[in-house]
Amino acid sequence: MTRPSTSSIAADRLVSDARAERGSILELIALHKSYGPLDVLKGIDLKVKPGEMVFLIGPSGSGKSTLLRCCNRLEEPTSGAVIVEGEDITAPSVDLNKARRRIGMVFQSFNLYPHKTALGNVTLALVKVSRLSRAAAREKAMAALADVGLADKAAAYPAELSGGQQQRVAIARALALEPKVMLFDEPTSALDPELVGDVLDVMRKVRAAGMTMLVVSHEMRFAAEAADRVVFMDGGVIVEEGPPSAVFGAPREARTQAFLSRVKH
Amino acid sequence: MDAIRQQFFDFDIMRQAWPMLLEGLVMTGLICLVVIPIGLLAGIGAALLSLSERRIVRWPSIAFVDLFRALPPIVLLIFVYAGLPFAGIRPSPFEAVAIAFLLNNAAYYGEIYRAGILSIGRGQSEAARSTGLGAGQTMLYVVLPQAVRNVLPDLVSNTVEVVKLTSIASVVSLAELLYQADMARSVTYNASPIVAAAGIYLVILWPLVRLVSRLERRIAA
Ligand SMILES: Nc1ncnc2c1ncn2[C@@H]1O[C@H](COP(=O)(O)OP(=O)(O)OP(=O)(O)O)[C@@H](O)[C@H]1O
Ligand SMILES: [Mg+2]
Repeated sequence: MTRPSTSSIAADRLVSDARAERGSILELIALHKSYGPLDVLKGIDLKVKPGEMVFLIGPSGSGKSTLLRCCNRLEEPTSGAVIVEGEDITAPSVDLNKARRRIGMVFQSFNLYPHKTALGNVTLALVKVSRLSRAAAREKAMAALADVGLADKAAAYPAELSGGQQQRVAIARALALEPKVMLFDEPTSALDPELVGDVLDVMRKVRAAGMTMLVVSHEMRFAAEAADRVVFMDGGVIVEEGPPSAVFGAPREARTQAFLSRVKH
Repeated sequence: MDAIRQQFFDFDIMRQAWPMLLEGLVMTGLICLVVIPIGLLAGIGAALLSLSERRIVRWPSIAFVDLFRALPPIVLLIFVYAGLPFAGIRPSPFEAVAIAFLLNNAAYYGEIYRAGILSIGRGQSEAARSTGLGAGQTMLYVVLPQAVRNVLPDLVSNTVEVVKLTSIASVVSLAELLYQADMARSVTYNASPIVAAAGIYLVILWPLVRLVSRLERRIAA
């Protein structure tokens, strides 16, 4: 599948615009993703400013996870650009493993390594990717675990932790690498209701520390309270975006209204 | 009753045959020591190749694995030992055994590892890759340790089969345990050395078989 040359030129121009502008830390430009005949993302343009917390909402199958996964190229975009700190990480010359260190990701199903302790989960990339010494990695990992309130669980294996604790270790694993942007894909959807709060507290704390965050979540109340911006997606396009008060309080688009009335029952 | 004891359980004959049996046991141990570690490593290679995303790598690897799983090992061994000389390659009996077992083991262990790797969810490697680990590092530090743990009973079980299978080395006159026992039988006109050899196999393999059961129970739990 080759890129249409016109949109590629357009994307190149936009890339240099984005570099000049310096305003955003993560920027998606004309992002397309299709699986064979199925167009999942149909031209997404999104800028996330440093320190901003952006919530991505939308019906099931609208492409939220795909969008997030294109941001660190767990999915390969069909066309378009993903700019992280001014660098187009979809460029062929890019060192993807290096780029990914700047983009932390938290998954719905935690995906902790079950054969490693909480500490081992956090130190692995510090040792193997950041090339820290064991001692330095350990120190950094312990600090990250302390940040999520789990310093006392460093020696525990994932199977010995509750879902909420596992998710917090997963957040520590990503945070320890000092990413510039954190991606969260429904971080609380797999949790028992009583464990959701702990994870949200950690996310609040991460936000307060100035982290740039792009979050897919169905926690509308959390979004209303914590988000700087809410982006509503449907059918592979961004339908509407704005501050939570506007999107939740006075949605302009009929599709947004229909979606919100459905999730609010 | 006495006839049976004389023919099969003559301890005097067993004692006489003991030095020969011991030599054979050492050779069997030597074969295992060469063939099992190489097989365990080659199996990982075969598994990785047959899981490659490139068709040009994957298809020949799958064909390789299928071929050597379908081929009776004794046929393979005789071909390597007695067939290759027609191509000007003359392996010693030990070399022939090593080559035949390498091919057979790579295929069998390979299938076991492959199942193990496939049992690990995609989320594991995605999490690893998202932290910047490369594909090789992800395999080495995240996927393989879990995969091996999941298929450990199968790996040990296959290793039991390999130890038993070393007795086919006797067909190329490699003086391993069975070969020596059979020599002793033909010298003494008595089956007791064979019974002794069987006893030795049993003593060595029984703990391994127990281990397989324990591992299987642990995995099931
Ligand atoms: N690997 C894939 N192959 C083919 N189709 C896919 C693949 N991954 C996702 N899709 C399709 O892409 C569409 C968008 O999926 P995606 O997971 O991004 O949606 P989502 O908005 O995250 O939904 P949900 O809220 O249910 O998580 C869906 O129709 C899905 O079936
Ligand atoms: Mg999703």
